[in-house]
Amino acid sequence: MDSKAMDIQIRDMSVELSGLHLDNPVIPASGTFGFGAEFAEFYDLDILGSFSFKGTTKEARFGNPTPRIAECRNGMINAVGLQNPGIDAVIADELPRISRIFHKPVIANISGFSVDEYAYCCERIDKQEQVGIIEVNISCPNVKHGGMSFGMVPESAYEVTRAVKAVTTKPVYMKLSPNVTDIVAIARACEEGGADGLTLINTMLGMRIDVKTRRSVIANTMGGFSGAAIFPVALRMVYQVAKACRIPIMGCGGVATARDVIEMMMAGATAVQVGAENLRNPYACKEIIETLPAEMEKLGIRSLKDIIGVA
Amino acid sequence: MYKRGIYKIVSNESLTDTVYKMVLEGDTQYITAPGQFVNVELPGKFLRRPISVCDYDDKSVTLIYKVVGEGTEQMAAMKPGTELDVLTGLGNGFAVEPTVSKPLLVGGGVGVPPLYNLAKTLVAAGSIPMVVLGFNTVGEVFYEKEFMALGVRTVVATADGSYGVKGFVTDAIKGEKLEYDYVYSCGPMPMLRALGGMITVPGQFSFEERMGCGFGGCMGCTCKTKNGNKRICKEGPVLRTDEIIW
Repeated sequence: MDSKAMDIQIRDMSVELSGLHLDNPVIPASGTFGFGAEFAEFYDLDILGSFSFKGTTKEARFGNPTPRIAECRNGMINAVGLQNPGIDAVIADELPRISRIFHKPVIANISGFSVDEYAYCCERIDKQEQVGIIEVNISCPNVKHGGMSFGMVPESAYEVTRAVKAVTTKPVYMKLSPNVTDIVAIARACEEGGADGLTLINTMLGMRIDVKTRRSVIANTMGGFSGAAIFPVALRMVYQVAKACRIPIMGCGGVATARDVIEMMMAGATAVQVGAENLRNPYACKEIIETLPAEMEKLGIRSLKDIIGVA
Repeated sequence: MYKRGIYKIVSNESLTDTVYKMVLEGDTQYITAPGQFVNVELPGKFLRRPISVCDYDDKSVTLIYKVVGEGTEQMAAMKPGTELDVLTGLGNGFAVEPTVSKPLLVGGGVGVPPLYNLAKTLVAAGSIPMVVLGFNTVGEVFYEKEFMALGVRTVVATADGSYGVKGFVTDAIKGEKLEYDYVYSCGPMPMLRALGGMITVPGQFSFEERMGCGFGGCMGCTCKTKNGNKRICKEGPVLRTDEIIW
C-alpha cells in the first residue's frame, strides 16, 4: 500500500449520535429510501452509517392522488402523502425484511396526525431491537387544530416531544419543518421537551404549474420541494439551530456530494442525511461514502468528529 | 434486477414530427422482458426521464419517445456518439402467456413502441399475434412496416380516418372482426379504459404515470389495484386486466 492510500485509510469517518456509533455520518433520508429493499439491488446497504425508513403512521395510508411528483430546476416536488403500510405491517413485515439486507441499527421515522398517534407508534417501535433512533416527523398536519403542522408552533412541537419521550427509551430525534418563521424557537421547544436530537430540514413547501394545462402539476396542488437547490437554506438552519441548542443534529436538505456532507457538519451537524439525490442517482450515498476519505485528505481533516460545528 | 450504465447514442432520428427513435449501445443484460423501461439522465435535469424499451438485443436498446416537454426536446437534439447515463431493466414488463393461441396487441400513439419487442418475442415463441395500432392522423403513424416485417397482421386506425380504418382502436377491432383470446395493450388512459370496457378476455395493460425515481424508492407513482397498492415503476407498468381498478 502506498503512503497516500494508507493516509486515506486512517481518515476517521465515524461519529457518535446519542451513544449510537456510526461508521460514517451518511444516512439516506426518510421517504427517499423506502424500507431499503429497492436500494439493496444497487449496493450493499451495510456501507451506510444508518438509514431512516419510510415515514410510518398508525394506520396504512395510500397517500395522495397522482401526479405526486414535479420536476424543478435542481430539485423536485413530491406530494406522496405519507404512503405506508402502517405500524403493524412495518413491525411484522418490513423490519424482518430490513434485517436481511441491513445489519446495523436503523432509524425509525414516525409520523402522526394527533399527539396520541405519535405516542402510540413511538411506543411500539421503541420495543424493536433493530431500531437505534426514533425520528419523529412533525411536519404533518395537526388534525385536531385546524390542520396546521405540529412543527409550525413551538407549543405543539413541545407537546409531541414530551408525549413521545414519556413512552420511549431510545434516542428521539424530532424532524423539523423549514416552513416556519423561526426555526430556532421550534428547535428549542423540542430540546426543552426532552428531545435527544434534531433532524433538519424536511422539504420546503413548493408548487409548479403546467403552463399548457394552466393547472398545478401536482394533484395535491402543493408539495415538498427538495434536492440540491435547498442546500443553502438547510445549511443555514442547521447552523442557526446548532448555535442555539446543545443536542446533536442530523443535517438534511439538498446534500449531494461528500463536500456537502463536510460543509453540513461544519455548520453543526453530527450526521448528514441524503434525500432526493438518491432518487436521481441510486448510488448517491455509496459514492459519497467512497469519496469522503479523499475529500477529507484534501481538506486536511483527520476525523470528521473534529469538524462538527467549527464554522 | 436493474443497473446504471453509460450508453452511447448510435442513432437518433425522427419518425414523425414529434416522435423520435434513439438507438443506444451498451450493456443490455438487465433488460429481461418486453414492456420494461429505462430511465435516462439528462444534463441539467434533476429527475431522469422514463422511456419504454421498443426493442433490444445483446448490445443495443431502441427507444421511441415523443417530444412532450423540455427533457424530451433535449433528447431529440442529441447527436450520435453522445453518452448517456441510463438505468436499465426497470419495471415489470409483459409476461408471455403460453396457453394463449390468438393474442391481440393494441397500441395507441407513443404506447406502440413496447408492443414491438413483445410481438417479436411472441413470434419467436411460435405464437401468431395480431396488432392494432391507433393514431390521431396519418402524419402520426409510425412502425406499421416494422410490425408487418415480423409477419404479423397489422391494422392501423386513425381517429380522423386519414389512414387505415377510421376511428379508434376499439372501432378497428370490431370493424375488422378480429378474433382473439388475450389482449396486450399500451397507450393513453382513455384508450386503455375503452379497450378494458370492451374486451371479455383476459390481458395485460401497460400504464403511464409521472415518476420520481423509476425503481420503487419514492412511491411517487402508486396506483390502487384489486391486489393492493402498486407502484407503476416497480410492480407495473404492466398490470393484469383482472386487477385494474378503472
